[in-house]
Amino acid sequence: MANRLPNAIGIDTDSPIEFSFNGRRYTGLQGDTLASALLANHQRIIGRSFKYHRPRGILSIGSEEPAALVTLGTGAQAEPNTKATTVMLRQGMAASSQNCWPSPRFDLMAINGLFAPFFVAGFYYKTFMRPASAWEPLYERVIRRAAGLGKAPDGPDPDRYGQIEASCDVLVIGGGAAGLEAARTAAATGADVMVAEERAWFGGQLALAPALVNGQAGQDWVEQTVRELEGQPNVRLLKETAAYGLYDDKVVGLIETVASDAPSGARQRSWVVRPKQVIFATGAIEQPLAFVGNDLPGVMLAGAALGYAFRFGVAPGKAVLLAGGDEQIVQTALSLKQLGVHVVGVVDSRQTPPSDGMARLADAGIPYHVGCVIGRARGWQSVAGAEIVPLEGTAARMNERQSVRCDTVAVSGGWQPSVHLQCHLGGRPGFDQTHGIFLPPELGEGFQTVGRAAGVINDGDWGPVDRLRVFPAAGGGKRFIDWQHDVTVEDVELAYREGYRSVEHLKRYTTLGMGTDQGKTSNILGLHALATVLGSSVAEAGTTTFRPPYIPITFGALTAAERDRDFRPVRRAPAEAAHRALGAEMITAGLWYRPRVYPQPGESAAHAVRREAAQVRATVGVVDVSTLGKIALVGPDAPEVVNRLYANGMKTLPPGKARYGLMLRDDGLIMDDGTVARFDTDRYLLTTTTANAALVLSHIEFLLETAWVDLQAMAISVSDHWAAFAIAGPQSRAVVQALLPEEDLSAEALPFLGVRETLFEGKDCLVMRNSYSGELAFEVYVTADHGLRLWEQILQVGQAYSITPYGTEAMATLRIEKGHIAGPELDGRVTADDVGLARMVARRKPCVGQALRHRPGLQKPNRPRLVGLLPMDSQAPLKAGSLLRPIGAQEGGDAIEGHVTSVTFSPAMDSMIALGMLTRGDARHGEIIEIWDGLANQTFTVKVVPPVFVDPQGERLHG
Amino acid sequence: MRITCPYCGQRDLAEFAYGGDATQPRPDEADLDAERWAQYVFSRKNPRGWHQEYWQHLHGCRAWLQVTRNTATHEIAEVGLPHGQ
Repeated sequence: MANRLPNAIGIDTDSPIEFSFNGRRYTGLQGDTLASALLANHQRIIGRSFKYHRPRGILSIGSEEPAALVTLGTGAQAEPNTKATTVMLRQGMAASSQNCWPSPRFDLMAINGLFAPFFVAGFYYKTFMRPASAWEPLYERVIRRAAGLGKAPDGPDPDRYGQIEASCDVLVIGGGAAGLEAARTAAATGADVMVAEERAWFGGQLALAPALVNGQAGQDWVEQTVRELEGQPNVRLLKETAAYGLYDDKVVGLIETVASDAPSGARQRSWVVRPKQVIFATGAIEQPLAFVGNDLPGVMLAGAALGYAFRFGVAPGKAVLLAGGDEQIVQTALSLKQLGVHVVGVVDSRQTPPSDGMARLADAGIPYHVGCVIGRARGWQSVAGAEIVPLEGTAARMNERQSVRCDTVAVSGGWQPSVHLQCHLGGRPGFDQTHGIFLPPELGEGFQTVGRAAGVINDGDWGPVDRLRVFPAAGGGKRFIDWQHDVTVEDVELAYREGYRSVEHLKRYTTLGMGTDQGKTSNILGLHALATVLGSSVAEAGTTTFRPPYIPITFGALTAAERDRDFRPVRRAPAEAAHRALGAEMITAGLWYRPRVYPQPGESAAHAVRREAAQVRATVGVVDVSTLGKIALVGPDAPEVVNRLYANGMKTLPPGKARYGLMLRDDGLIMDDGTVARFDTDRYLLTTTTANAALVLSHIEFLLETAWVDLQAMAISVSDHWAAFAIAGPQSRAVVQALLPEEDLSAEALPFLGVRETLFEGKDCLVMRNSYSGELAFEVYVTADHGLRLWEQILQVGQAYSITPYGTEAMATLRIEKGHIAGPELDGRVTADDVGLARMVARRKPCVGQALRHRPGLQKPNRPRLVGLLPMDSQAPLKAGSLLRPIGAQEGGDAIEGHVTSVTFSPAMDSMIALGMLTRGDARHGEIIEIWDGLANQTFTVKVVPPVFVDPQGERLHG
Repeated sequence: MRITCPYCGQRDLAEFAYGGDATQPRPDEADLDAERWAQYVFSRKNPRGWHQEYWQHLHGCRAWLQVTRNTATHEIAEVGLPHGQ
């Protein structure tokens, strides 16, 4: 390839990759990142900046990149704000610039730059204070469009994501020299080791710069070590896997990029790893320098410039000027030259560098500007030259400046260990006075930081502690600190003048380091700028808090498969398909789908509910109750267990009978209700509400295993084993008789609350005569895989009796008419007394909740009690949740005496009816009060009545 | 956090549900002393450090376990069946 240097270690020159940038087609190579491929194609202007719309190029070579942000993909798959430096080039990849229109080279919004004086630090806070009415229509819309990053995609993400829970003995974060060595050492002890490397290759700095390891070429050592580790069964190596957060209990979050732009394939996997030991081998990040024009495309970190040449064979430019203040800048210049890059000079801010560097540069024919800094980088859209200015102390001798023609300025402000992850648990890095770097906090047992991240450096040292990072503003102009948020040295000075002197205030006022790069290349420079204006040391200036995530992560990866309909599992009752086929409107009940109502063609749902409820009372109806919780309880002590579980007496319940059961919590309030059916001396079936099935089972298991350990009984969920249908109405006995012709279902043989085990078409079947609707009713259970068949058979034989299927709405209508409590009444705050079941509860019986239900607060006479509410206007649109208050009360406050729990239109009453909880309600029957719907600001006059609207004597129940 | 269930072995936290303080003795249901029950139901210790807790292996064998856990470090020293077993 014409545009590549020879001998690059990370690319395959025989494998071209086609990609597009802003709609134009380019060719890169296998092994390229998007950034290296763009540089190889001489694309230096990647996008525009956040505030001023200044051109932005490629500053770095990794996840520290603040500037080279692109949108990857198109349409709903588009991923904005992706760092070109971290994306592996893939065939057909489509990338585009952000923040510019019509193109990054010619951006109309760059006019913002002309208004730069208005866009200084804190401009949001002071420019647009008044009038407040102009915020939303004017400032927000106009400014947001002009300033900002990429656009969020406009449709749901079609890509797939995965999630993995993993554990290991040792998790090594970072696969550079230190990380690989740590992994090898740990693996040799037999430990289960995971290595997470955020790049697509291992080696860290060894993969980005020429080096020797024990006399061996760095890259060869890396390859050999990786091969060795790969061959070990106790080692897992993960590439393109970034650790984004460290959490309590050593939980580490990883994001693995499977394919950065796979069309509708798996894109990313998120890992939740629970290692016993965490080793941070996170390396160090090179820091930039502040000088005028330092944000021009073409200004690049020196290590990145070398990395592009060494790994990808991409010369960072045609003429490269280097600037720094330590020995490494000399070495980088020599390495670049050796790789075939044209180096036009080295600018070194040190006054007296060691002589051997000088000699080596002289040998290489590279001009060496000692005691100098860059005064400014020149250029319209990218670097065209630079001014080199000698220093007098820290001031520039402007009259001695000289111009150099170059298209690249490679800078180094020294390196800073990457300590972000180590600080996620709340620790702060400490400043190492001897090396001028921040080191990670001590994390205690099970944590270790190694290599450069721990301050250990092999090639030379960390450079001068007092190196100059903020160069004098030669002739005026912006010196950038944060490339992404357009924060300059001048902004820091302004913030200081305006009183923002703590580093935390500075950060928030200027938004320094708050971009997607989280200040990896701007925090240190910002601290130095702040320390300069404070006149203090960097250590005194302090650091801000580090929080996860270390790198941006997609919501997709965090939610993984748990979204849309897969957010929670779906449970399907055996007859669900049949309900849908009948045109039922389905409603979710916990994880289940239940038929809400079965509207006939052209019929409104409201009408259908009334029709279904009326038909149950007139002839017969059938409702699917398969979703009720069902618990089998067996064992010699099962009777005693049942007696302790329920507040009402169960000792006298004989085999072959069922009883309503009220379950209390330990604190005496109602937990749940259901039916207790006894089949044998030692065998029960307990039913629970659909919502509380799991809770009640855990509750029983808890008691059996932790408290009642001397009782011999076992509980197990059989909710999924039985399908169950309630057949209710005056004709229900005839229908069940037609289903089970052999059975004697007469009132004598199967009285109210009688239960029987039998067979339906040869399958296990239970018949239970209980009633929720207040009508003569039977619940018929059959093994689940025969449930659909039973449902169809019920409708079939029921035809002769005008049977109607009914849904949860009509079921609610029927139970409200009867004043039966359900979820809306049992809200966790009510006692048996509150809902009129006091007489049912045995007073001294040893059972759960007995001791605490007599607490004075639960016995107060003014507690809200269950009442029926009958509106004066039978069509009044009552709503559950409305409040109850005396007639004529103003608003709410102390006047509120309760609330409406359940509302329905009662066909039997030909009126809206409601249940509610009303202060002293049981003693106020006949009183006229007001229902107040505060949201709609409506009031309805209602009469307080007993909570049973239909058949208060219960005669219909017995047929 | 990973809990070693005596029946199933070491499993991820996601399979378990926290079940409360295991240091308070549960009174017998026949004991109607409200003070004792109030102590058990409402007076829960919330120590920083080692604690006895109930956990249920909800999405596994469903066994209730007694776990000795350090609430500050999430270290687990012991997992057993509830007292008395």
